[in-house]
Amino acid sequence: MLLGRTANGLYWMNRYIERAENMARLVDAGLRMALTRTASSAEEWTSVLLSAGCETEFRNRYDDLSAGPVADFLLRDKSNPSSVMSSIETARSNARMVRTALTRETWESINEAWMSLKRMLADPIDERELPKVLDAIKRETALIRGAFYGTMLRNEIFDFSQIGTFIERADNTARILDVKYYVLLPSISWVGSSLDNYQWESILRSVSAHRSYRWVYEADYRPTNIADYLILDGRMPRSLAFCYRNISQSLNYLDEAYGMRHVCHKTVAETLAKLKVGSIKEIFDSGLHEFLMDFIRDNYRLGDEVAEHYRFH
Amino acid sequence: MVAFDEMLPEPTGLRRPYTGYDGWLKNQDPARLTEKMRDAERVFRKTGITFAVYGEEEAAERLIPFDIVPRIISGHEWRRLTQGIEQRVQALNAFLDDIYHRQEILRAGRVPKELVANNEAFLPEMIGVRPPGGVYTHIIGVDIVRIGEDEFYVLEDNARTPSGVSYMLENRETMMQLFPELFQRIKVRPVENYPQLLRQSLATLRPNGITDAPCIAVLTPGSYNSAYFEHAFLADQMGVQLVEGHDLRVVDGHVAMRTTEGYKQIDVLYRRVDDAFLDPLTFNPDSALGVPGIMDVYRAGNITIANAPGTGIADDKAIYSYMPEIIEFYTGRKAILGNIPTWRCSEPDSLKYVQEHLAELVVKEVHGSGGYGMLVGPAASKKECEDFAKKLAAKPSNYIAQPTLSLSTCPILTEKGLAPRHVDLRPFVLVSDRIQIVPGGLTRVALKEGSLVVNSSQGGGTKDTWVLDD
Repeated sequence: MLLGRTANGLYWMNRYIERAENMARLVDAGLRMALTRTASSAEEWTSVLLSAGCETEFRNRYDDLSAGPVADFLLRDKSNPSSVMSSIETARSNARMVRTALTRETWESINEAWMSLKRMLADPIDERELPKVLDAIKRETALIRGAFYGTMLRNEIFDFSQIGTFIERADNTARILDVKYYVLLPSISWVGSSLDNYQWESILRSVSAHRSYRWVYEADYRPTNIADYLILDGRMPRSLAFCYRNISQSLNYLDEAYGMRHVCHKTVAETLAKLKVGSIKEIFDSGLHEFLMDFIRDNYRLGDEVAEHYRFH
Repeated sequence: MVAFDEMLPEPTGLRRPYTGYDGWLKNQDPARLTEKMRDAERVFRKTGITFAVYGEEEAAERLIPFDIVPRIISGHEWRRLTQGIEQRVQALNAFLDDIYHRQEILRAGRVPKELVANNEAFLPEMIGVRPPGGVYTHIIGVDIVRIGEDEFYVLEDNARTPSGVSYMLENRETMMQLFPELFQRIKVRPVENYPQLLRQSLATLRPNGITDAPCIAVLTPGSYNSAYFEHAFLADQMGVQLVEGHDLRVVDGHVAMRTTEGYKQIDVLYRRVDDAFLDPLTFNPDSALGVPGIMDVYRAGNITIANAPGTGIADDKAIYSYMPEIIEFYTGRKAILGNIPTWRCSEPDSLKYVQEHLAELVVKEVHGSGGYGMLVGPAASKKECEDFAKKLAAKPSNYIAQPTLSLSTCPILTEKGLAPRHVDLRPFVLVSDRIQIVPGGLTRVALKEGSLVVNSSQGGGTKDTWVLDD
């Protein structure tokens, strides 16, 4: 038996842990691009901010589109609710609220991540230290995940956590794709200029897939392959298909445990069906951008439906 | 006035209960002990054993400092203490039952009527209500001070929602992690079954007619409350739900919590929310921490609330001074554990004495707690005494005064080695169909040299408390 408030806390705790990690990854990819292609770095940082979903907020507060201010805004700024620091704070206060539902290892890993990142992000980051800081963020979130998967019982507590993690991750991957969908359109796939290559690599880096891509597709970056990999490949842990397989599994476990189905089960089944299409070509034919827009909207709606059905409030 | 030191009193030297520990301590490298001190702090911080201090900027989470030198009580001393505590707790429950029914003690003139009638802690809503087993206060923390070899006094009864038991448990856990070898050398009675005992005693006092395993929950004001860690800790250790007011509502005459599968009935609520906030329909209408209508469910006998609403009338500081009479009235015997002599400032003669001797006395607010709003005469400046005198004159009945006792000391580890500091003791008592006291308690220690204020909100720390199995 689980309180609705606890399910809500678990869901958001995991969304924010995932968000913190994704933020670090986005900054990492942006930094990489800025280092290799100084000419278009402002453009690259704009993509990063768009993917993070906080471009307007940034522009309201800063003029300078460069590594320093962007990193500051995305990593440290507590007025930005999605910054790494805000995310870790929110994750921890949710964890504190649902503490009785967590193993000691999980709680301590979150608490320690909060303590160490609070220290690390207290002052503006020297650009030379940025890679080290990003590594530390990824390490802390990996430790949380390790403690979580290593010690948590696979029950409803686990399921609500999984749903939070994968709704957030799916949103992140879909946004990254949507911000750059135009570089993935087949029309320019024949060009393969070095500029395109950088863009493609940047997309893959944003989801830590630039190495695993090569294991699957060898060295060639092909936009259709990239789109296929990040949308339909069920083995790629940040793909939309992977996320939805997990969400669907958890929702089905909840249905088995409670014997109650709801509109959220229908939504997840429909989205999953769209991700089981034969090939990426079908998605391109009906429009990649439209596909992603629909996906982001449905994914958002699924979150609301889960919250309502399981009495989060 | 030299305080009685529980380890190394003048002039007799090492006291018996400490011989085993002293033998071990002599062979320890001071550098290693200092390192262990730091380990302890890391453990507490990592685990998040913190408390919030109200009024500080963004309610910072702070650690209660922990000292690694245990406070040791012999089995013999403990047996005497528990007899006194049991007697006192019996009297407290008998007093509550009487006060909310026939009020014999008031009729007999042993406690002044107006002290009860005009007391905010007395809840008219509880008149005629008899909880399961006749138990009003289930969980009690009795604050005890020592001033000599055989001189123990009760400083305060906490019969509402005593806190600190999680520190008793975590302090022991930490000590066992830091010094496993000590526990092999010295037989210390265990305290770690407290959560199981608590759960059993709550279950025992479930509402009549609930035969199955009752559903128990801990009610917390929320994660910003200063004692939130303890609320979560106890719920976790007992394996019950930790609920907030907005998780609960009254459904079909029962209190129910909102779960992912719908509303589920609660039979026993261990509440850590004060009376005033418990039910906005009955008490403070602005409270968002409680459950609208819970008092009706309670009066209908459909939920057990621990501790019962209205128990505060028994631990009120003005009532405290009548405890010797109360104990005698209900148990027919003299109190085994004495009270500290107390001047009630509501009485003109006492007020006069207190006003003339302010610099020697400890003056407390009748309803205060946590060491706030009190004056420690000998430690206060002339100006502080003068300011306090004005407050006292304005509302004498709001204050009681006690002599400044020389609380016993126990050594703590400082950078310069062992140094004596004043301590008190809060054992925890559980009442169901019997009275149980876990052998130990929370020892609070004033870390500042010479200070007598042990409250954690005022710079006090804690120690592990050992009761020897001898």
